[in-house]
Amino acid sequence: MEKVDLTDKQKKARRSRSVALGIVLAVLAVLFYVVTIIKIGPAVFDRTM
Amino acid sequence: MAMTEKHDALSAPASMEILEGDAGDFFALLKPRVMSLVVFTALVGLLMAPGEIHPVLGFLAILAIAVGAGASGALNMWYDADIDILMTRTAKRPVPAGRISAETTLAFGLFLSVFSVATLGLMVNWLSAGLLAFTIFFYAVVYSMWLKRTTPHNIVIGGAAGAFPPIIGWACVTNTISLESIALFAIIFLWTPAHFWALALFKADDYGRAGVPMLPNVAGERTTKHQIVLYAVLTALSGVVPTLMGFAGIIYGGIAAVLGLVFVWYAVQVWRMPDGDRKMVPAKKLFAYSLVYLFCVFTALLVDALVTKFTGLAA
Repeated sequence: MEKVDLTDKQKKARRSRSVALGIVLAVLAVLFYVVTIIKIGPAVFDRTM
Repeated sequence: MAMTEKHDALSAPASMEILEGDAGDFFALLKPRVMSLVVFTALVGLLMAPGEIHPVLGFLAILAIAVGAGASGALNMWYDADIDILMTRTAKRPVPAGRISAETTLAFGLFLSVFSVATLGLMVNWLSAGLLAFTIFFYAVVYSMWLKRTTPHNIVIGGAAGAFPPIIGWACVTNTISLESIALFAIIFLWTPAHFWALALFKADDYGRAGVPMLPNVAGERTTKHQIVLYAVLTALSGVVPTLMGFAGIIYGGIAAVLGLVFVWYAVQVWRMPDGDRKMVPAKKLFAYSLVYLFCVFTALLVDALVTKFTGLAA
């Protein structure tokens, strides 16, 4: 199987993209959680046990 | 002047390309400077609108609008890569410079378009989401793919895309489109031609090389200068409309009137500039001032809105 060797520049760029993507996903997870709570409001506690 | 006849972005080979573009290059695809203007004007629309929105939802709305604007910027860079490489102003963008492929840029732009519109619709309301979708479509398809390469009126009509954000911000709060938000739209819409034609005057060689039919290249410098003065006057008049309509105070009206008069003065300096002047100093000054004008007018509107909202007094 052909193996692709990344250059240092490509490795650095890939790492930069991965870090940015990780941060964006983490921020979105928090943001969507908070917005869900806000949208549902106090009704979030109204559930049958 | 040769018109651009063929679009080449899609004809690039779809090879197994390994990207050298980093996160900064992907951010550059979003046209951050344009995005900052979109964020600011949308925020003013959102804060001026009558009614309340939860601060977190307001933040999310502005974020979605910003990402939607960025998505349309990425789609524009995908489509325009073939002419961007010919112009000094745009040749270093990630796609023409070869750091990100055209295919990746298209996928990035489409994904962010769908994501931003869906987020705004689900989290805020579907009217603002529909307006955001229309804005992205208008900029990417109507302006970039159609008008830009076919008519010297490209930025007059295409300017609507940049003028929509205050309407979207307003709709996020009220779920309506009102005359007040259309007045905010009009300020940016009428400001755009003078702003871009000032740029087109001193970048005429660039646009000519790329075959983009900007007004100075097609109709000449004199006609462009007449049009710049006309649109500067219309912009100055539109700037005071919020006060005349009663949704901004008299102090704002005075500030807008002064800023508008200075805008017209700079436009007249361009009009007086001899044809064939290569230094184009007045055109460069008008371009720089046009940015100051829009920023100051919307800052004044923002201050007016905040003073009215938190004190109940009209500024």
